[in-house]
Amino acid sequence: MPERRMPLYLARASYRRRRLIDALRLLPFLLFGLWLLPLLWGGEGTDQPVGAGARGFVHVFVIWALGLIAAAWLARRLRHADGPAEPLSSGQEPD
Amino acid sequence: MLRFNILVLACLSYATFLFVVAFWAEKRAERGQVGWLRSPLVYTLSLSVYCTAWTFYGAVGYAVRSGLEFVTIYLGPSLMMIGWWWILRKLVRIGRTHRITSVADLISSRYGKSNTLGVLVTLLAVIGTTPYIALQLQSVATSFAVFGVNDPTGAIETDLDKTALWVAAGLALFTILFGTRNLDANERHHGVVTAIALEAIVKFVALVAVGVFVVWGLTDGWGDLIARIDASPIATHPISGTRWVTITMLSAAALITLPRMFQVLVVENSDETHLFTAGWVFPLYLFGMSLFVIPIAVVGLQVLPDGSNPDMFVLTLPLHYDQRVLATLSFLGGFSSATSMVIVAAIALSTMVSNHIVMPIWLSSRKGGATMSGDVRSLVLYARRLSIFGVLALGYLYFHFSGGSEALASIGMISFTGVAQVLPAMLGGIFWRGATRVGAILGVVSGFVIWAYTMFLPSFGIAAGFTPELMAEGPFGIALLRPQALFGVQGVDPVVHAVSWSMAINTLIFIIGSLFSFPRPVERLQGAQFVNVFEHSGSARGWSHGFAEAEDLLVMAQRILGASEAQALFHIEAERQGKDGYLPDATPEFIERLERELAGSVGAATAHAMLAQIAGGVLVSVEDLMAVADETAQMMEYSSQLEIKSEELSRTARQLREANEKLTQLSIQKDAFLSQISHELRTPMTSIRAFSEILRSAGKDGSLDPESLERFSTIIHDEAQRLSRLLDDLLDLSVLENGTVTLNWARTNLHDVIDRAMDAATQGRDGVGIRVIRQDMSEHIAMETDPDRLAQVIINLVTNARKYCDAANPTLKINVRRVMDDRVQIDFIDNGTGIPVEKQTVIFEKFSRITDHAKAGGAGLGLAICREIMTNLGGSIAYLPGQGGTAFRLELPRVRVREGG
Repeated sequence: MPERRMPLYLARASYRRRRLIDALRLLPFLLFGLWLLPLLWGGEGTDQPVGAGARGFVHVFVIWALGLIAAAWLARRLRHADGPAEPLSSGQEPD
Repeated sequence: MLRFNILVLACLSYATFLFVVAFWAEKRAERGQVGWLRSPLVYTLSLSVYCTAWTFYGAVGYAVRSGLEFVTIYLGPSLMMIGWWWILRKLVRIGRTHRITSVADLISSRYGKSNTLGVLVTLLAVIGTTPYIALQLQSVATSFAVFGVNDPTGAIETDLDKTALWVAAGLALFTILFGTRNLDANERHHGVVTAIALEAIVKFVALVAVGVFVVWGLTDGWGDLIARIDASPIATHPISGTRWVTITMLSAAALITLPRMFQVLVVENSDETHLFTAGWVFPLYLFGMSLFVIPIAVVGLQVLPDGSNPDMFVLTLPLHYDQRVLATLSFLGGFSSATSMVIVAAIALSTMVSNHIVMPIWLSSRKGGATMSGDVRSLVLYARRLSIFGVLALGYLYFHFSGGSEALASIGMISFTGVAQVLPAMLGGIFWRGATRVGAILGVVSGFVIWAYTMFLPSFGIAAGFTPELMAEGPFGIALLRPQALFGVQGVDPVVHAVSWSMAINTLIFIIGSLFSFPRPVERLQGAQFVNVFEHSGSARGWSHGFAEAEDLLVMAQRILGASEAQALFHIEAERQGKDGYLPDATPEFIERLERELAGSVGAATAHAMLAQIAGGVLVSVEDLMAVADETAQMMEYSSQLEIKSEELSRTARQLREANEKLTQLSIQKDAFLSQISHELRTPMTSIRAFSEILRSAGKDGSLDPESLERFSTIIHDEAQRLSRLLDDLLDLSVLENGTVTLNWARTNLHDVIDRAMDAATQGRDGVGIRVIRQDMSEHIAMETDPDRLAQVIINLVTNARKYCDAANPTLKINVRRVMDDRVQIDFIDNGTGIPVEKQTVIFEKFSRITDHAKAGGAGLGLAICREIMTNLGGSIAYLPGQGGTAFRLELPRVRVREGG
């Protein structure tokens, strides 16, 4: 089957764009999960309270900063991918 | 130490500066230089109204009381903003497409423009926001008091109450000045937004400055700070898992349900793409606002004397170290936080109150009010100004009577939970087409009741009847109904308890109510448009055709949009329809568009009600419902359109083919006739000439006997008569065709007309007999017609039957029947072979003859004349196929149909 050798994607850029949107959509869930982590630290059996004091403080803000960088990067990529509609792309909504 | 008077002066100049900035931005926008006023950065900064005095002062207090948990208030909105693609993007698109003016408007518009829901959400918003406004007034008043106590010239006892009153009055003035300049809530309040963006910068800079001062001025940088945090009592507060999750989600919900947030996020949004920037810059802003809270709290606890109010650390720390400039900046930051929140909240609430409470009352108080002339705009604007005043007055009164509460956080949480009751209806409305008005009403009401019972009213304590006994034992000793241990759920944090119960029951009842109720047509249309806002931004129309007068619409539109704007709108529409002037046709599409324009000013429900007064009821067509009913509505619509188009094409092709056939046949006929008529004219002419030549030559030599003479001259006479009959027919036809014929209308009995026609038709001629079967009884119909002309038609038909009926025993049946619409049908059916299908289309054409010329005596004009006569009599003649012979049907009105009456 010679035709199989050709990549089947007709609208490569819009495919990439949809995956970027997927990433942007999943990011808040990832962050939420990471922000729940301090709840697992400390507590009974340790000498630290749940959240582990300063460690929890640093954790929350580091995750926050990383999340911001990721969000900014995704938004930037998405804006650039948001150029003129190419033919056969289904990710473009009508205005 | 900072002198109190200088502080007051600084505060007043800052307020003046805000006025100037707002005024300048407003002027700039008026000149059309919106430029950076509409930049994504200004949009993002305006979102900072989320950070109120609760953030500026309260966050530190919160951190002192509960440790790291304070950060959840900012994590939630960050998550919501970072995940803007899920909800915010859709909300903003819906807001822009449907010209939504407030949360209440969104919910009301989604659920069939229901005003009940509009009122409910408005009430909820007012009740939920009032304590919050009180909180802002309180924090400004308290911060003044802090300076008063610290005044170097001796403590100045500031009257909290008076300060709050002055602040409230000033804010009311500012909001009324810049918040009600234009009616269309969708037009941005440039002045307000710019002022708020400026305030956003001030409070950010102030808090960060205090933070920097604390981290690098009072400690030895981050390393030392971490050690201090670990040593501080703040670090010993364990994080409560349930509260952590609950408050994160609650604050995420608050970002879209708080009236002020909805105002800046959705209503004031001027460009959807701003979300690309706001999606990460606003979380960054929150990050910056939260970063220094814990350090300030830790250091404040260490250095400030015991018993200091932790809610004021941001202010008292700089004062403690005599950092006058920093303290003033910090004060202005807190002032900015409080005022920006109050301004936006007041605008948002006043829009809701005027659109969902004042306008409906005004509309129903005067019947047909929408069509009267006069300017409604001033009324709406006054309603809005009065509402702003009312909202601030409520906030002040709340502050005055509650006496101010020490813990800012609890009020904020109560407010968040209250407005979050809108969330199920809102999310259900934009993601679930099955959500109905009934479900939304039931959900919001039940959530509201549970919130009030478990959270809002208990916050008033004994004043609201929530005595410690009631809290401990439940009303009437029913333990299951204890406000903070509902249905035996004990040992839970009160906030978690209230949020879980109210949201759970709210959502459950909303879903059940939606599942078991049936939406009205408008609801289904709106639902489909909201849920599928990205698929079809165009609208399905809900207005019936032809009820509204464009002029009435213009009168009403002028009153709401203003004369020139309305006229421009109408003019553009008229041009779009290809008309001159200012009155376009009131098509459903246009009414729909107009409704949206009006909705931008007075809300969807009111705009809808006003238009309904003029345009009559809403008529949702079957097609619209079909489009909504199915998931694949778009596909169906498209394919059905294609189908219709192809059907149309094939129909047109068929018609063209038919017309072509007819034309070809006619042309052939005409050719044939031309040869026939020349033949017909020539035959008598030839014989006339031949015989007249014989007569002439006989006149010369006198060789003709009298019999021959008589025979020849009879032939000449007959032939001449035949010629003139032909010419008469042609003339008659042309008169009838031009419509210049004068008919002699008279009252007559149809039976007599037929009798007369039969007499004329069966007399003389070649005497070929035809049996005529008539039904005398049915023929007695009193008619108003031209009896002579009708008789002429009948004679023609009967003569034709006599001439052409080729049966062995020719029989003609005449049936008379009265039919609908007071019309009469007369059928002539013989038992011959009938007319072949291919000829049926042309028999009524001029010069058409079925048989060859030999047998036919006429020129083929008879039926053409009949058709013209029938048309002139207001009736018709048609060939009736399938009657077992030749059959014609005459149909004509029983009495004369007079035009225009």
